[in-house]
Parts: sequence; C-alpha cells; structure tokens
Amino acid sequence: MAKQIYWEDVQEGTAVTPLPKNATTQQLVRWAGASGDFYQIHYDKDFALGNALPGVIIHGALKSAWLGQLVGDWVGDEGRIKSYGCSYRGMDVPGEDLACKGVVTKKYVEGDEHIVECDIWLEKASGEKTTPGTAVVVLPSKS
Amino acid sequence: MAEDSVITDEMKAAVGVESEPSVYEIEKEPIRRWAESIGDPNPLYRDEEYAKSKGYRSIIAPPGFIAQYAFPVKAGGSPRRAFQTPFSRMLNGGNEYEFFKPIQAGDIISATNKISDLRERAGRLGKMLFIISETTFKNQDGEIVAKARSTGISY
Repeated sequence: MAKQIYWEDVQEGTAVTPLPKNATTQQLVRWAGASGDFYQIHYDKDFALGNALPGVIIHGALKSAWLGQLVGDWVGDEGRIKSYGCSYRGMDVPGEDLACKGVVTKKYVEGDEHIVECDIWLEKASGEKTTPGTAVVVLPSKS
Repeated sequence: MAEDSVITDEMKAAVGVESEPSVYEIEKEPIRRWAESIGDPNPLYRDEEYAKSKGYRSIIAPPGFIAQYAFPVKAGGSPRRAFQTPFSRMLNGGNEYEFFKPIQAGDIISATNKISDLRERAGRLGKMLFIISETTFKNQDGEIVAKARSTGISY
C-alpha cells in the first residue's frame, strides 16, 4: 500500500495519484458478472451496433468504480470517502489507454473532520475527459 | 410542447413513491469478485485479517459496490420500473454516492428506491427521457449506510 496521505499534505491544486486503466472485453464480461449488469451493449458487438453505438462500450458504472478506486487508493486506510459521483459524457471502449485523475479543489475543517474536495475524471489519451465528477473525502490530520 | 411530452400522468404519479425494500446480505466472495473485476487489489476488500487489523468486523465493500450490487438475484435481478417508457434503449447518465457508515461483509442491507425526477430533452439520438432515481441503503441496525443517485437515459 502507498504511504498514508494527511490533510496537511494537500492543498488546492494537489494532484490525486493517477490510476491508469485499459479494459479488455474480458474485463467487461467479468464486470457484467460481478455487478449483475447484463445489458448487451457491453459485450455483444452486433447488439451494440444495432443500438447506434460504435461497438461494445465500457459500462458507465465500471468507470465510476474505477474512480472510486482512484479516490479510495488516494485517501488510504485512514481516510474515508464521504461522497463521490460522476457523469458519463463520452463513450470509452475496450483497448484504449485511459487514466483516472483528480485534483484538489478545496480543503477545510468541519466539526472534527478534515475535509478535502476534489474534481475527478476519466481521461482518454487525447486528453478528452469523458467522465467528469467530484469527490468529498476525509483525510487524517497530523494535529 | 406539452402534447408531445413522453412523460405520461402514470409516470408523474410514480415520482417520489418509495419502493418496498430489497433485503440482502453483503457477502465476502461477491466483494472479492467485484474488486477483482475492476482490478482493485486493496486488501480491505479481500483479506479479512487485514480488514480486522484496521478495526473492521470483516472485509468491507468498495465504494460503489453497494449500488451496483443493489439488484442481486434474490432481490429480483434488475431494477423494477413502475412504468414502461416508449423507448427501448437505455444509457447510464451518471452515478453519485454518499457514504455514512462502512459496509461490511455480513451486513444485512435493506435498499429502497424511488424516482426523484423525470426530465425530457431532445438530444443527438432524438428525444430522450432522463429518469433520476435515489436509493437508500440501511443496515441491520437501521442505520443509513449509503445513498445512491443515478440518472438513466431512455432514448
């Protein structure tokens, strides 16, 4: 596991440690099985083409799960995700290089919680952000 | 143009109506399989001894697990809709989660769902219906452990 990050370590503009991803079609099938989402646009190419799609596409919820992994890894065992979410604005397909990224937008103390807000997103190699979102996390404090 | 609306009175009547709870257990192997399928090696989701060393009762569910595992076979396998839409195609527009308590293997979850809003819009693929729904997850102690909000797009 990576070294624990503390609230004092971050400021506005601090990058969330990026998480690279590149899904195989096999991974989409594994995800379908694990999540129970058997919508055919994610594993049946003919079905996807018949639905005006370019081919099978990555499940939105899988991209969201990756962003959860991004944030969970970053806050570490001592941190906690209060909330996070994302919108699926663009399609991503198996075999392309993608990266989950994030940046700190705000930090503050509320009650006894040391809170950090981030923008998070999934990015294509071209730099296009297909899946923008936000996260609110609690980090441990050194104080 | 109200007369062209795809949102019927039947659909409007379904907004805000809370479903009966789907009740199911959070189990270890589905958590591990879920973590494996996204490629997440975090031992909190896999190794019970490690999770216990961090103060948990068992392995915990990764963020998002609760909502994307919200319709296990026991609970009907897929979300129930109170109405039919005139569309056959569906896309996921977005997901948001709020977490209040850790979700641990062995928890018995009761999930209730409601449609919170319906909107229509003309998009690239023609007329689209946005169905915003909210799910509240409680554990066996009646504590709200998480809430999820999703946007489904029918077109």
